[in-house]
Amino acid sequence: MTDVTPTTSILTVDDRTRRRNVAEKRFRTYGVIAITLAMLALVGLMTSIFSGGLPAFKQTFITLDVYLDPAKLDKDGSSDLEKIRKVSTFGYAPLIKKALEEQLAKPELAVEGLKSKDAAKMISKEGAAEMRRFVLANPDMIGETVSFKFLASGRIDGYYKGRVTMQSAERDKNVSPQQLQFADKLKDAGLLKTSFNWGFLTRADASENRPEAAGLGVAILGSVYMMVIVLFLALPIGVAASIYLEEFAPKNWFTDLVEVNISNLAAVPSIVFGILGLAIFINFAGLPQSAPIVGGLVLTLMTLPTIIIATRASLKAVPPSIRDAALGVGASKMQAVFHHVLPLAAPGILTGTIIGLAQALGETAPLLLIGMVAFVREYPSAPPEGFFDPAAALPVQVYNWTQRADPAFVERASGAIIVLLVFLLLMNTIAIILRRRFERRW
Amino acid sequence: MSVKLTASAIAVAAFAATTATARDQVQIAGSSTVLPYATIVAEAFGENFDFPTPVVEGGGSGAGRKKMCEGVGPNTIDIANSSSRIKQSDIDLCATNGVSEIMEVRFGYDGIVFASDIDGPSFGFTPADWFNALAAQVVVDGKLVANPNKQWADVNADLAAQDILAFIPGTKHGTREVFDKKVLEAGCKATGALDLLGDKKACHALRTDGVSVDIDGDYTETLARLDANKNAIGVFGLSFYQNNTDKLVVATMDNVVPSTETVASGEYPVSRPLFFYVKKAHLGVIPGLQEYVEFFVSDDMAGPDGPLAEYGLVSDPELSATQDMVANGTPMQPLN
Repeated sequence: MTDVTPTTSILTVDDRTRRRNVAEKRFRTYGVIAITLAMLALVGLMTSIFSGGLPAFKQTFITLDVYLDPAKLDKDGSSDLEKIRKVSTFGYAPLIKKALEEQLAKPELAVEGLKSKDAAKMISKEGAAEMRRFVLANPDMIGETVSFKFLASGRIDGYYKGRVTMQSAERDKNVSPQQLQFADKLKDAGLLKTSFNWGFLTRADASENRPEAAGLGVAILGSVYMMVIVLFLALPIGVAASIYLEEFAPKNWFTDLVEVNISNLAAVPSIVFGILGLAIFINFAGLPQSAPIVGGLVLTLMTLPTIIIATRASLKAVPPSIRDAALGVGASKMQAVFHHVLPLAAPGILTGTIIGLAQALGETAPLLLIGMVAFVREYPSAPPEGFFDPAAALPVQVYNWTQRADPAFVERASGAIIVLLVFLLLMNTIAIILRRRFERRW
Repeated sequence: MSVKLTASAIAVAAFAATTATARDQVQIAGSSTVLPYATIVAEAFGENFDFPTPVVEGGGSGAGRKKMCEGVGPNTIDIANSSSRIKQSDIDLCATNGVSEIMEVRFGYDGIVFASDIDGPSFGFTPADWFNALAAQVVVDGKLVANPNKQWADVNADLAAQDILAFIPGTKHGTREVFDKKVLEAGCKATGALDLLGDKKACHALRTDGVSVDIDGDYTETLARLDANKNAIGVFGLSFYQNNTDKLVVATMDNVVPSTETVASGEYPVSRPLFFYVKKAHLGVIPGLQEYVEFFVSDDMAGPDGPLAEYGLVSDPELSATQDMVANGTPMQPLN
């Protein structure tokens, strides 16, 4: 008999165990590093978006009393609306200039070397349009002095957001230090104020000459219209397809083929759906360009695979015992599915749908091809006719604004990203709440 | 169930409505250089007329012309904006698709400028400098050799001793065409390389050692790249430069400072005409189309004191001839 002397003890850690422990520790560190990097990237992205975009939610306004001169607006004094209508916005601009001249003449507001022509440039060109709209709506106000709250021009607005400084104004062709001094004096006199920019959410897009007037109104409406179309088309079609495939379809090579194709479609680059939409919906079916109906249909095609996959997964997750029990007490196959399986799968289906919608909401590429990346200033009318009117979409508006020359549009683009993020966050929160509240586990 | 019914109702309505209703707003697509001008006009048009604001899309000159030539009918566009003249292939495509008469409207000129970071040195170029800086092969002692120049001072002793780095528009841009023609070819000729190369097209070959960078995006991308590379020179449109004078310093060309005046007079050499093309079959069918075209070329908009000139358009000295042409609806003559 030989003595077996133990070479290892459970009390001292041997080499192998130490190596395994170290490996585990190392892996945890890698994990922490990965998370930290991801968080840093997210924080960097958010900081750049929010620091760039939050100023878009504030806007500088200049309040001015403008004399609606009958000699300019109603030359023959006939108060005939048709004749007043003939006066274009070019005819209104001198009235604003005159009102500013009066302010400049006041000793406490005077700025040396500032011409009234340059002072007039401090007010958005949208101002003349707003005045014309007001006069056409209230023709009896001609001859009165009316107080208007005008948008300050992009550069003046930028001065109160730190984008424009006295130094940069000296080199800038579009703004002069005198204008900024005058703006400061107007501010001291209480005529220039910065307040929350509701217009950013409600106004339509504006041209390059007036970034201060650009808003997301049409884009938000367009996105909402498209989401409504996607929801009303993709949800029923997707759920019906999944129920058939999951519960009724025979298992054969054909259904396998369909299944493979659906998974494949989910991974197809979204621009492909845009090409398809252009060919089928616009060129073949003759639907109008730039309309939410075409955008909605294209995004429906894109969202369908996502919804079908999510729905099938949640149908699969319902235990077979539920079906068996229902069939056992004499329910038909359809009753078993619609009375028992579908309600239990509903939270999963809804979650999948909302995630699919969120994905569609942020999609730009397919919209490029169907004319949605356009300058649209008219609000689409109420549905269903509105589905056929031209509209923009939120991600497209971001894309459009980043391409414009005036730096004020960069700020607007970041602001639009924030709005888009808020919408996405809302949708994802709803998805999570639904899942938490209604999901059942077996 | 009702959900499904609504969905199918929408789908049915979709196909029914299109055949029944005509479009009530003008639709425009094309050049991204013309886009800002077209949006300014569209906005003012919507404000001052009883017609809805036209829908203006970008996408590039070539794409816009192709879209216009897709056919006649409310689901095709009415106007193609273009920063270069229409090509015979476009006209042929139009003809095959039944778009027989096109109206060519030249509404002004656009200058192309060379600019660098405002805190850097300023430059005074000649086309020959650019050719010697960027061409694949340049003339040294009467022979063609691979481009040896590293700094601007190597090209021209008067220029700053700064590494050559240029951001030029990519080949899909209309701006690149003008750069090739007005700068590279002129420089090619001036340095005598044209005689040795024999072909104008050969003058367009650029060096591939990373000194010349093609920008396929728009001017905002070029500006962002300049911000990161302070010693680079970028190619911009005149209007873009005028909106960013606080960040950029512009270079002269042949000792001429680019401005709307020098481009209009022809002193500043690097410029091009801007066009839009109107589908004549849509005039009188699409409400507001004739009015929009007339409004675009009116003195109020495209004149030397109008909002377009303020944004950077070089007004066309022959604008009144264009106005007559538009009023009479004269279609364009075959390209010569």
